[in-house]
Amino acid sequence: MGKTLFDKIWDKHVVEKIPDGPSVLYIDQHFIHEVTSPQAFKGIEQRGIPLFRPRQTIATADHNVPTINQHLPIKDELSRMQVEQLINNCNKHGVELYGLGHPYQGIVHVIGPELGITQPGMTIVCGDSHTSTHGAFGTIAFGIGTSEVEMVFASQCVLQTKPKTMRINIDGDLQKGVVSKDIILYIIARISASGATGFFVEYAGSTIRSLSMEARMTICNMSIEMGARGGMIAPDETTFNYVKGRPFAPKGNAWDEKLAEWKELYSDTDAVFDAEININAADIPPMITYGTNPGLGIAVNGHIPVLEQIADEGEKKNIEKALQYMGLKSGASLVGMPVQHVFIGSCTNSRIEDLREVAELVKGRKKNDGVKVMIVPGSQQVAKQVHAEGLDRIFAEAGFQIRQAGCSACLGMNEDKVPAGEYCISTSNRNFEGRQGAGARTLLASPLTAAAAAITGVVTDIRELI
Amino acid sequence: MENIDTDQIIPARFLKATTRDGFGKNLFRDWRYDNDSEAKPKTDFALNNPLYSGDILVAGKNFGCGSSREHAAWAILDYGFNAVVSSFFADIFKNNALNNGVLPVTVSELFLQKIFEQGNEATLSIDVEAQTIRIDATGEQESFELNPYKKTCLLNGYDDIDFLLSRREAITKFEKESA
Ligand code: SF4
Repeated sequence: MGKTLFDKIWDKHVVEKIPDGPSVLYIDQHFIHEVTSPQAFKGIEQRGIPLFRPRQTIATADHNVPTINQHLPIKDELSRMQVEQLINNCNKHGVELYGLGHPYQGIVHVIGPELGITQPGMTIVCGDSHTSTHGAFGTIAFGIGTSEVEMVFASQCVLQTKPKTMRINIDGDLQKGVVSKDIILYIIARISASGATGFFVEYAGSTIRSLSMEARMTICNMSIEMGARGGMIAPDETTFNYVKGRPFAPKGNAWDEKLAEWKELYSDTDAVFDAEININAADIPPMITYGTNPGLGIAVNGHIPVLEQIADEGEKKNIEKALQYMGLKSGASLVGMPVQHVFIGSCTNSRIEDLREVAELVKGRKKNDGVKVMIVPGSQQVAKQVHAEGLDRIFAEAGFQIRQAGCSACLGMNEDKVPAGEYCISTSNRNFEGRQGAGARTLLASPLTAAAAAITGVVTDIRELI
Repeated sequence: MENIDTDQIIPARFLKATTRDGFGKNLFRDWRYDNDSEAKPKTDFALNNPLYSGDILVAGKNFGCGSSREHAAWAILDYGFNAVVSSFFADIFKNNALNNGVLPVTVSELFLQKIFEQGNEATLSIDVEAQTIRIDATGEQESFELNPYKKTCLLNGYDDIDFLLSRREAITKFEKESA
């Protein structure tokens, strides 16, 4: 029997399988940020041991950082302390830090790929659930808890039980106006926010093959939102071309050797998955969520489910509660509903392609007076590119505010928040109650759908604007 | 009490700390005090009743559900508990507890009721080696499940990190071979 892509990488990284227990899994690359690392550093210090492989860890500050005036001290004291502690810890333990002011600083899942640190065949972990993003390169990448961060510090390994495997095949051409964010929102809506619990997912099929690396990252990023341990895509020419020439990519002979290895990374034709799902790309519409978990999504021109027609009592209660929080009605359509905020950013959709797509749509147009529009590039490098390509002028003319790199309004941990009761179309990945600020109402959508709402001031079917 | 979620065990506002210590004083914070004031303990809450003390926490089913915050396990340990007994634990909490040397003991609903019937002064004995829990007054006992690897860790007083540290040589060898 053939091997899956997951098995090939997993098997190569198992140092030891504990009888009746988990496996000792070797980690090639570890990323850390200010929120989930301090206790792990402390733990190592209490044990009086140094970091085992400090050069395989890279740090950045992203969750807590402000996205304006980054040259000034952070105002919130606890946030400032976390960021300062990260600096101290990295200095003390020999960890490379791309902190505020560094040209490589940015959201951890944006900088790894753009610097060429993320490479096919690797195992990658970070104390952050959206580590699954890196799976787009054909890696086993997943989020870990603080104890596990400490494990990696101590031994460059984590203890892991092998998950089950699932393959999601998507074939055919996408409709006009439908982008990778819609694909993943469609999948989650179809299998629910817990539909892939216990699985590691591989995305395959002709639609996936035709996507750019950045589009693939958006899909892998949200794997966790359907409960999956992680998501991955087999590397191909698109992947190799993307990695080649980036600051940390192998060069010369080393590149040729690596490339030969990477070309072996695919699921064998006779590999068997524990679960498999097939999707026709033509069935996927531009999507939007109406509820308080990413699985509560509908076609942007569709209707919210009618409560009376939901058979499952638990599900019904769940949706009823979500609608109450969101201030929305069962059976209603969202098209034409006013929104007050548009947030384009986060590790899901803050890369240069996302911003190019948005710029192309808004060029020569102006935002609606009723909306505040925030564009937050995922990294300093993306921000630099935005200026180099003159996208900042397009945004400025449209009345969009462009800010500095960070997680920003993706989570209410820094200064960027959505006020209670107001609606925000967001390109981020979570619409949980209070995620963007207490009482904030989040509608998840693609950058195109978000930009369309910025122009019209209401929820809009992007297909009508292009 | 059933369905105790980790937001109750340790409320979100205490997550900005940078150490693992001191979470114990905020364990069940919002259930322990009125208006968040240590001067106003809620007398009807068990942790505030001197009759209840010890190192085993007994709770209703589905303990530790909700957010995956490891801080919940830290708070329980820091408060002084070494074991939690319930008829059902949320998956992630169970792992987090074991990773921090807190033993989650899953007992039958019936056994749990028997413990509660004993009232204030009940004492329990847990034998990790034999994987049994006993109500001292009546001698009734039940066995519980424990992953053999985790059991070795608990019995030897070491955790996953100690285990991994003991494997550093093998890991170094692995690095050389796969380079
Ligand atoms: S952008 Fe949002 S989801 Fe991504 S790492 Fe930051 S806080 Fe987490």
